[in-house]
Amino acid sequence: MIRGRAWKFGDHIDTDVIIPARYLNTSDPGELARHCMEDADPEFAGKVRPGDIIVAGENFGCGSSREHAPIAIKAAGVACVVAKSFARIFYRNAFNTGLPIVECPRGVEAIQEGDEVEVDLEKGVVRNLTRGEEYPFVPIPPFMQELLNKGGLLEYVKERMKQ
Amino acid sequence: MAMTMAERILADHAGLEEVSPGQIVNARVDIVLGNDVTAPIAIRAFRELGARRVFDPERVVLVPDHFTPNKDIKSAQQCKVLREFAREQGLTNYFEVGQMGIEHALLPEQGIVVPGDLVVGADSHTCTYGALGAFATGVGSTDLAAAMILGELWFRVPESMLFVYYGQRGEYVTGKDYILYTIGLIGVDGARYRAMEFTGEAISTLPMDERLTMSNMAIEAGGKAGLISPDEVTLEYVRPRAKRPWKVYKSDPGAGYVETLEIDVSRLTPVVALPHLPENVKPVEEVGEIPIDQVVIGSCTNGRITDLRQAAQILKGKRVHPYVRLIVIPATQEIYRQAMKEGLFDVFLDAGAAVSTPTCGPCLGGHMGVLAEGERAVATTNRNFVGRMGHPKSEVYLSNPYVAAASAIAGRIVHPKEVL
Repeated sequence: MIRGRAWKFGDHIDTDVIIPARYLNTSDPGELARHCMEDADPEFAGKVRPGDIIVAGENFGCGSSREHAPIAIKAAGVACVVAKSFARIFYRNAFNTGLPIVECPRGVEAIQEGDEVEVDLEKGVVRNLTRGEEYPFVPIPPFMQELLNKGGLLEYVKERMKQ
Repeated sequence: MAMTMAERILADHAGLEEVSPGQIVNARVDIVLGNDVTAPIAIRAFRELGARRVFDPERVVLVPDHFTPNKDIKSAQQCKVLREFAREQGLTNYFEVGQMGIEHALLPEQGIVVPGDLVVGADSHTCTYGALGAFATGVGSTDLAAAMILGELWFRVPESMLFVYYGQRGEYVTGKDYILYTIGLIGVDGARYRAMEFTGEAISTLPMDERLTMSNMAIEAGGKAGLISPDEVTLEYVRPRAKRPWKVYKSDPGAGYVETLEIDVSRLTPVVALPHLPENVKPVEEVGEIPIDQVVIGSCTNGRITDLRQAAQILKGKRVHPYVRLIVIPATQEIYRQAMKEGLFDVFLDAGAAVSTPTCGPCLGGHMGVLAEGERAVATTNRNFVGRMGHPKSEVYLSNPYVAAASAIAGRIVHPKEVL
């Protein structure tokens, strides 16, 4: 079960804010993690604890196709991103790198910074433990769930390579 | 069933008679692209999977263009990964410094992408090739790895949005203004997950370079692709370049669009996108007194010969403001040579500009023009996000090449007519 403190961000958090291009001369997850969300909150990488949850507005992850963005978020210890909506390439990249993401506009409206939040991917519900509230969300599309069950895109590729 | 050109291209590549929005298809890809930032992660995945060969060494394209010529040791290491992989796999389309150009200017120019292609690139501006009538979209490094190995990838068929441009454009109004105005109209997520299709009489009369600028910025509205159906302008560009046969796709009469917008270009004036989102669009006359420190003319958005000619038209016989650094970056070697032959470099150098070898460099705050705290730049690039060109407290204003050149002369953001 995903459970941690909520860190709130606004709409259109772009990939340059998630991991600025000046750090893209490496793809080392540990190094990227140290600069995660740096241009939105320079202290974020130091404050975030393993299991914490990013809660953001519309169009999270817009901009560049850099997979360094979900890699940095995951390596920083963030267990899940809950947003009102995600940019398309980021959505795919998060899925491919194993970073759980959830579209839950109601939850985003209600959750405040620092709230203790639980995300139940199986039941499709975000629980706000601080406020005793629950916000259901639409689970990921069946095709993607199937790919996930197979172990993700790379496992699928491995299977195909054998054929 | 009537289909949009986006749907038709996806259907053909998936080996299906028809597809409809929302459907997931597995489709064959014609070109797979990576650069020095995104390909190293894909190559790592390629190795981890134990893959031995790419699906086709002529169709996997690697362009080290972001931090090249190598800006530091770490970037040099990343480029080395690409170079060694390209040699090992015998990739015919690997472009070393000296042949290298900014990928999205280079691939159309070299005829590597042709109309009707399905292209995935690990760079968000891969959507540029939509201007050729190709369905081209950005993906991440893991998708790139999968496509490099299998030559296919899964796609969700997007809903299509139709943008009809009509009317006669005024002076100094370019394709850049059409697309910035459109992004201002619908917002940075106005086309999220959707295919944008640009059409109308004002597109028919638009030169190829400016069409590429428009499709390039589809992603800035969240679009998955930015398509323009090929016409005689496209084919004139494609014929002498194409490395492969091409196919012209058009949307069927009665094809389904989730939204249709009509834009009268005769009412447009040159616009500027203010920090920190490309949707913050205003006519240049309305931005007020904004002193600037730097101007960049280049990038995959506006680094083509048409753009350099537009900038030179304004700069000819003028000097750049003493407080402004003007950096001009032709997007490819061919454009560089052409600009040199036409005498544009004399115009730029006489004006006090620096002219650079092709690189993405300053557009993403990499090198060749990084901004300090509090500095402002006018750029013909595509993004003005926080920290995009350098310090998180610097600012980027997006414009067309005329406005960028005029602002370099004036030392503040101005309409081109102010410096004539």
